[in-house]
Amino acid sequence: MMKLEEVLKKYEPVIGLEVHAQLKTRSKAFAPEEAVYGALPNTSVSVVTLAHPGVLPKVNKRTFDFAIKMGLACGSQITEYNFFDRKNYFYPDLPKGYQISQDKTPICRGGAIHIKLPDGTTKAIGITRIHIEEDAGKSMHIEGEEESFVDFNRAGVPLIEIVSEPDIRSADEAYAYLVEIRKLVRYLDICDGNMEEGSLRCDVNVSIRPRGSERFGTRVEVKNLNSFGNVKRAIEFEIVRQAELIERGESFVQETRMFNAETGQTYSLRTKESLNDYRYFPEPDLTPVYVTQEWIERIQAEMPPLPWELFDKFTKEYGLSEYDAEVLTSERDIALYYDEACQYTKEYKAVANWISVQVKAYLNELAYTIDEFPLKPKAIADLVNLIAEGKITHNIASKQLYPLMLENPDIEPEALAQQHQLIVNTNTDELLGIVKEVIARFPDKVEEYKNGKKGLLGMFMGQVMRATQGKADPKLATRLLQEELERL
Amino acid sequence: MKNYHSLAEIRRDMEEGLLNCEALVRHYLKNIEEKNSQLNVFVSVYADEALQRAREVDEKIKAGTAGKLAGLVVGIKDVICYQDHPLQAASKILDGFVSQFSATVVERLLAEDAIIIGRQNCDEFAMGSSNENSVYGPTRNAADPERVPGGSSGASAVAVQADMCQLSIGSDTGGSVRQPAAFCGVIGLKPTYSRISRWGLIAYASSFDCIGLIGKSPEDIALTLEVVAGADEHDSTVSQRPVPAYAAYLQREDAPKYRIACLREGIENEAIAPAIRQTMQESIEKLRKQGHEVEIIDFPILQYILPTYYILTTAEASSNLARYDGVRYGYRSPQASDLESLYKKTRSEGFGREVKRRIILGTFVLSADYYDAYYTKAQRVRRIIKEQTDKLFEQYDFLLTPTTPDTAFPLGSFQDDPVKMYLADLFTVQANVAGVPAISIPAGKDEKGLPIGIQFIANRFEEEKLLKISRSLL
Repeated sequence: MMKLEEVLKKYEPVIGLEVHAQLKTRSKAFAPEEAVYGALPNTSVSVVTLAHPGVLPKVNKRTFDFAIKMGLACGSQITEYNFFDRKNYFYPDLPKGYQISQDKTPICRGGAIHIKLPDGTTKAIGITRIHIEEDAGKSMHIEGEEESFVDFNRAGVPLIEIVSEPDIRSADEAYAYLVEIRKLVRYLDICDGNMEEGSLRCDVNVSIRPRGSERFGTRVEVKNLNSFGNVKRAIEFEIVRQAELIERGESFVQETRMFNAETGQTYSLRTKESLNDYRYFPEPDLTPVYVTQEWIERIQAEMPPLPWELFDKFTKEYGLSEYDAEVLTSERDIALYYDEACQYTKEYKAVANWISVQVKAYLNELAYTIDEFPLKPKAIADLVNLIAEGKITHNIASKQLYPLMLENPDIEPEALAQQHQLIVNTNTDELLGIVKEVIARFPDKVEEYKNGKKGLLGMFMGQVMRATQGKADPKLATRLLQEELERL
Repeated sequence: MKNYHSLAEIRRDMEEGLLNCEALVRHYLKNIEEKNSQLNVFVSVYADEALQRAREVDEKIKAGTAGKLAGLVVGIKDVICYQDHPLQAASKILDGFVSQFSATVVERLLAEDAIIIGRQNCDEFAMGSSNENSVYGPTRNAADPERVPGGSSGASAVAVQADMCQLSIGSDTGGSVRQPAAFCGVIGLKPTYSRISRWGLIAYASSFDCIGLIGKSPEDIALTLEVVAGADEHDSTVSQRPVPAYAAYLQREDAPKYRIACLREGIENEAIAPAIRQTMQESIEKLRKQGHEVEIIDFPILQYILPTYYILTTAEASSNLARYDGVRYGYRSPQASDLESLYKKTRSEGFGREVKRRIILGTFVLSADYYDAYYTKAQRVRRIIKEQTDKLFEQYDFLLTPTTPDTAFPLGSFQDDPVKMYLADLFTVQANVAGVPAISIPAGKDEKGLPIGIQFIANRFEEEKLLKISRSLL
């Protein structure tokens, strides 16, 4: 087998992705029942979904709201006049024998997703189209059973299919593109973005061409990719496979291949299946949907802040490094949490660190989302402010006050610190007494200090801190110690 | 008991204490019992249920709380869903199927206290013009049991013809209500496309399908249409236009003078049965005598209507009937051994010849290589037919044609020549292609005593005009 690196020296991959995102609408795309995940098989199915004789579909307008959100986020053109088409094919998980889709009038056209390349630059991956369609049910082949089963809970759940331009040039770019799509659909709160559970699905189109060539090579579509990692593996496998065929002088046809996660290889479907004639025609059971300017404006007004908008805010307004901003914006709710906390403090960097380290540690340990985190953003801001104002040491804040706050989320951090006497001691008289006591206990060390061993100051400080259980204001304690020692 | 011409007569007798719903239902049940074995009209008779409801409605009438359709006994074609009742579209493929919901039409009928007496035979999936394509066997014409009643709502027409119910709910995709109404000497109305919700109507060709009404009097049809028509949350293609008070309009004594265009084909073409041409002439004279203006016109694209209709309806049918695959309900071939044979055997064994012919035709016209030559072109021609029809109605109130080129034909006549059978729809399909309303009314009999129907077509949402002119001729 050829090595990928060698292939890439000679050939340039050209990759396009088709991503299906399952929309989180409450009900199905064209049927009244709830769209559920993980329920008992065939418990969320209506006569419409089961394609009983005499039923008619009805458009769920929320599906359009969600698709328009995605389009606006990608900078796409929103289509005004939308009709639906039937995509006809037979499969047991497709109850009507056709899928209602948008063939001729996709809801969104154009736009782009911006990915970050390893060298720090960004690259725009063009969006060809985004269209609305309905999901199929799930065929289940149970080991040892002679017959197959079908679960129609998923049938009719709305999907958007996001088709990219063939702008992607490597498996890593494809991966980065998927990460951005997932981040975006989660920011928009339109899809769970979970590839393993199938709420996000991806087919890839891969071709290669000699470097410098403008012409596209023969394109192969790869399906059955159920994780980000597999998308990458499948692309890399295809690049090498196609290069080997070309090197051997063999021609190959445009076809659909399946990815086998166990072997890491792609294999051909029977050509009969890949040569499906879907016999598209306009869906006569649905009237066209007109997306008015007012509708678009309403969605525009509902748009949450987008990851790159927050990234810009965090780097420019809050002065975070790109790295810190990237970490904080990778999840919408964390980013919004941080943003809110920043309303209560100017210690932007310190809050960022606290959230990225202490808060995230807590969430990870309990497998919580930020929604389930007991503390409000203001509490974290208050905590950071206490440290900045010197009212509490970082050490005590992290080891004592923060755990106490988690247990008493309703008490203000400063009040809590006072209750537990964690506030830094700034009482000069009291401290001076302790300083004198410490000095009196170590006459030989005082002698050594006097003789020039100034490093012993740290030892004295340690003793003062021990005596005050860490609550002495370090600056004040140092000053008092120095003055007292010099005076002797 | 007498054969009631209209619900109004029935109600009058009820008010006078000469009749009640229970007695009326018993009367129809008796007729069904006497005639059904020969005519093969009802494939299910809901005798106990109908009697039970009749008693309930009688109580309501006494209490003065009865709905608009109290006293109306209705039969429904086997393509209309009625919750917890069998539904088969006269096809083996829906063997044993029971509907889990009721069509909007049925809901509205019941809400106004109509009584549903049974389920009526028809051509399989409403495809046919003779009611011979049925898993239940052919329905026969009560005027001559050796002849067909027309189709696809053949049995729905015979039920009214033979007084087995007062009114039938049929469906009309290309003439399926009007052609059998003509063959059986009753009235058949196909309303404007989208006037009545299609929720609960088994789809044949969605952009053509209409629920249609078959009755004895324009008054019954007007009243029933008023009840069943109008907006429905289940059907997004249904018209949101308010429903006029058809019955009240019909009762108004005014007699508007109309401009009527009569299709030259319908009176001059040698292929039209002489008796029908004769009837057309007589009708024209009658209309003129009533003060209407009648002009003979040519509709130049007439010859394209039938091919357009068959391309588009078969295309839609091929997709609409894909759901009958043996996976979830209905017939499943016991010979099936894997997925492919499940589909092939189930559908080959479950569908009749005519249905299969149309599915294959529809699949062909939608296939990539022929799509533009057939489907796209037919869509374009449909638009032209619509425009031409619209233009016609800028000048005229009605287009008058014979409903059919010939009267009821003997059973088995066209079994081997489907295309010839398709010609029976020559005059009726235009209304479906253009989406406009049309009515067939009895206008005479031929030399064999077989009923002849004439058809009025009007502009969109002008059902009240159709009913008005019908009444003036009956």
